[in-house]
Amino acid sequence: MSDLKQELKEKIITQLNLEDIAIEEIADNDPLFGDGLGLDSIDALELIVMLDKDYGIKLTDPKEGKKIFESIEVMANYIAEHRTK
Amino acid sequence: MKAQHLKIKEYCKISNNRVLLNDQLLYEDQGSDFTTFIKLAYKKMNTNYPKFFKMDDLSKLGFLASDILLKPMTQDSEISKNIALVFSNSASSLQTDRKHQESIMDQENYFPSPAVFVYTLPNICLGEISIKHRLYSENSFFIFNHFNAKYLHDYASSLIESEKADEVLCGWINCDVEDYEAFLYLVSKEGSIEHNKEEIIKLYTTK
Repeated sequence: MSDLKQELKEKIITQLNLEDIAIEEIADNDPLFGDGLGLDSIDALELIVMLDKDYGIKLTDPKEGKKIFESIEVMANYIAEHRTK
Repeated sequence: MKAQHLKIKEYCKISNNRVLLNDQLLYEDQGSDFTTFIKLAYKKMNTNYPKFFKMDDLSKLGFLASDILLKPMTQDSEISKNIALVFSNSASSLQTDRKHQESIMDQENYFPSPAVFVYTLPNICLGEISIKHRLYSENSFFIFNHFNAKYLHDYASSLIESEKADEVLCGWINCDVEDYEAFLYLVSKEGSIEHNKEEIIKLYTTK
């Protein structure tokens, strides 16, 4: 699971172009949106595409993302449970 | 509508890996590609706006050139300035359009990026600038075959003379493959350069 969390942090920084944020600065339970990493609605859509492309998880309702993308910890648990690739 | 004696207050150019303000060199880096150059220029100009890194190349180019001209006017005031934005280019958002197209070509690997798709219109750049500088003003983005000084002159003059705007930031930002160019100037009632077609062409063509 720690490998998956590390992988997610790397992907988030690269794919969401979070310049000046290092992997070590993202704690597993930091909120990804709002006061945490400050991600926005386009980032949320980008994460939905990433779940589909990299892990074979299709979210049909974007509102589901609100819970799943709460933190790296929550996201990793969800992916580990639902991934098809 | 009354005719006014308008001036060009300031101008900014970004091209050939150089950033100039009123033809004064602010930054130069001849050893980098566009991605590295614009990132280093952003840092050099102390443009503290993390969303910059999420923008496409056209928006980065227009945003940075605009920020150099607008920051001194907007950073210390909570009051919105009535500065209209009138931009133009020839390539529209073609570079980003191609990137989006590549992501939807293969039906077996169909993963369009929302972060790319949002920049498949050139005027998104104007939105980025308006958000940063709290502008609720008129804005337009025109596509021409070539730099069109007369159209920009007439449009900017009309906006000020009809009191739709106090000042107009206008010019040309173009970005396609390895070719990029930004030339923006601020039309105002104050300034030392005459606002006419000949002066605009002179400023644009002076390297």
